[in-house]
Amino acid sequence: MTLSVDLRHRFKGFELDARFEAPKGITVLFGRSGSGKTTIVNAVAGLLRPDAGRVAADDLVLFDTARSLWLPPHRRRIGYIFQEGRLFPHLSVRQNLRYGAWFSPKRVTPAEVDRVVEMLGIGGLLERRPGALSGGEKQRVAIGRALLSSPRMILADEPLAALDEARKSEILPYFERLRDEAEIPILFVSHSAAEVARLATTVVVLEGGRVTRQGPAVEVLADPAVTPLGARAAGAVLSARVARHHEDGLTELDAGGTALFIPRLEAAPGTPVRVRIAAHEVILSRQRPEGLSALNIISGEVQEIRAGEGPGMLVSLDTKAGRVLARITRRSAKALQLAPGTPCHAVMKTVAVAPEDIGGQGRDVSK
Amino acid sequence: MEWLGPEEWQAVRLSLRVSFWATLSGLPPALLAAYALARWRFPGKQLLNGLVHLPLILPPVVTGYLLLLTFGTRGPIGSVLQEIGLVFAFRWTGAALAAGIMAFPLLVRAMRLSLEAVDPKLEQAAATLGASRLWVFVTVTLPLILPGIIAGAVLGFAKAMGEFGATITFVSNIPGQTQTLPSAIYAFLQVPGGEHAALRLVAVSVAVAMSALLLSEWLARRAQRRVSGT
Repeated sequence: MTLSVDLRHRFKGFELDARFEAPKGITVLFGRSGSGKTTIVNAVAGLLRPDAGRVAADDLVLFDTARSLWLPPHRRRIGYIFQEGRLFPHLSVRQNLRYGAWFSPKRVTPAEVDRVVEMLGIGGLLERRPGALSGGEKQRVAIGRALLSSPRMILADEPLAALDEARKSEILPYFERLRDEAEIPILFVSHSAAEVARLATTVVVLEGGRVTRQGPAVEVLADPAVTPLGARAAGAVLSARVARHHEDGLTELDAGGTALFIPRLEAAPGTPVRVRIAAHEVILSRQRPEGLSALNIISGEVQEIRAGEGPGMLVSLDTKAGRVLARITRRSAKALQLAPGTPCHAVMKTVAVAPEDIGGQGRDVSK
Repeated sequence: MEWLGPEEWQAVRLSLRVSFWATLSGLPPALLAAYALARWRFPGKQLLNGLVHLPLILPPVVTGYLLLLTFGTRGPIGSVLQEIGLVFAFRWTGAALAAGIMAFPLLVRAMRLSLEAVDPKLEQAAATLGASRLWVFVTVTLPLILPGIIAGAVLGFAKAMGEFGATITFVSNIPGQTQTLPSAIYAFLQVPGGEHAALRLVAVSVAVAMSALLLSEWLARRAQRRVSGT
């Protein structure tokens, strides 16, 4: 199922004009706050009535201003995961989970409930009330509640933003599983580069209410022109497989035939992973460096150089492991005489790969 | 209760009945008014707000007289209702109407406050899960404002028990028909040697008021615990 969105909406001092398609998997709406992400999601859910536009899930039109068609939110069958969970405080966790099923045209079987409860690890919480749950637990229940309403699609509006790092890493794997197992489109709002790198099948970049870029995550994130959060937050994503674990605490990945060493990752050899390499952690060298402590040296060719504001530049490098982004100074770029086509080596420290930047990989990307 | 004379006992029973029906029949329209004032935008909203609060501000005698004019047997509404067998003038039903009108602002205020405290985001969440407006109200809004409804109802009940001015103006002071607790106390104080009877009824009044207050506190705490979700 594909969700096609075409929206125009005007607020005080803000104009949204966005068009994109969200296929199966996770489509991340990526941009800084105020870029119109939440407005889009609310319009898709029917919580906000846009000035003009059309939203359809395959053949089913949710609204179309040209045909004065408007399906009220309760008839859209959308699983909306809110930033603050929004669990019903007067109902138990079990009742919260069942709430959507009361109104669903499809019967939700106890087996389905059990499966979702088990997947989210909330079996021990069922009789509790939301007031007695931690932030991470609440969010897992909120995910379960959305899933059990037999939705046509899932909307998630920064579902991790209110959580601390530990809770985030607790929830992220559930979204990865959702992406890989669910057959429906998931629209995921985020302003975190790490989340995008881990979760996105498709990325829709929003700036000032407009879509500036959309496409597969690996492509979009490796494009030096796409820096909605500024060059500081840029970073490309490499698709790899766990090759083997070394006794000294390192895990060796195989990225397109190139070995990549990262801190120990608890995953069986053969597991597909995606690793985000922050652009500011990458050093470029014309000669293959020797006597260097950094373990990861990948050779490649400069593909594009893009000047940003200030002294920095973003260089994208084509390597056998995939596209790598490096953030270097203008001075270095000049000293190295970098130009498109220049052969070059990217150097990355193993410890520079943060745990939150490593995630499981969706099957649709690994293929 | 041997220590209450039959006439006094009658007044107590009548007062309880009048207040019960005044509160119960006042709840649905009060909920509607509270919802309209808290949630809707419409022309004449301030007028409705003023109208709801009018009984609180007007002298009760004036309210009673206005009721007599409109709901009396020759009044515009009273004469119509008489056709279908509903008579207010000089009946206990009239006492209930007067008490209900006087308690109405208190019901509305309490409900409106609790409605305004309900997070509309929860109602939105319910809508995305497939609940129509009516179901959202029944399954989310109503349970969340229950403490406010209880608090309002108890307050209204207490107000109805104490209503005097509008009642005596509208339906007079007929023992067994319209002589509520306050009217009975007033009547006993008008006759020589009636102080003892009056004092007994005062004791009953205090007891009823106190137990209503304690009951409401207890119910509201229970409901609040349910709602706060711990």
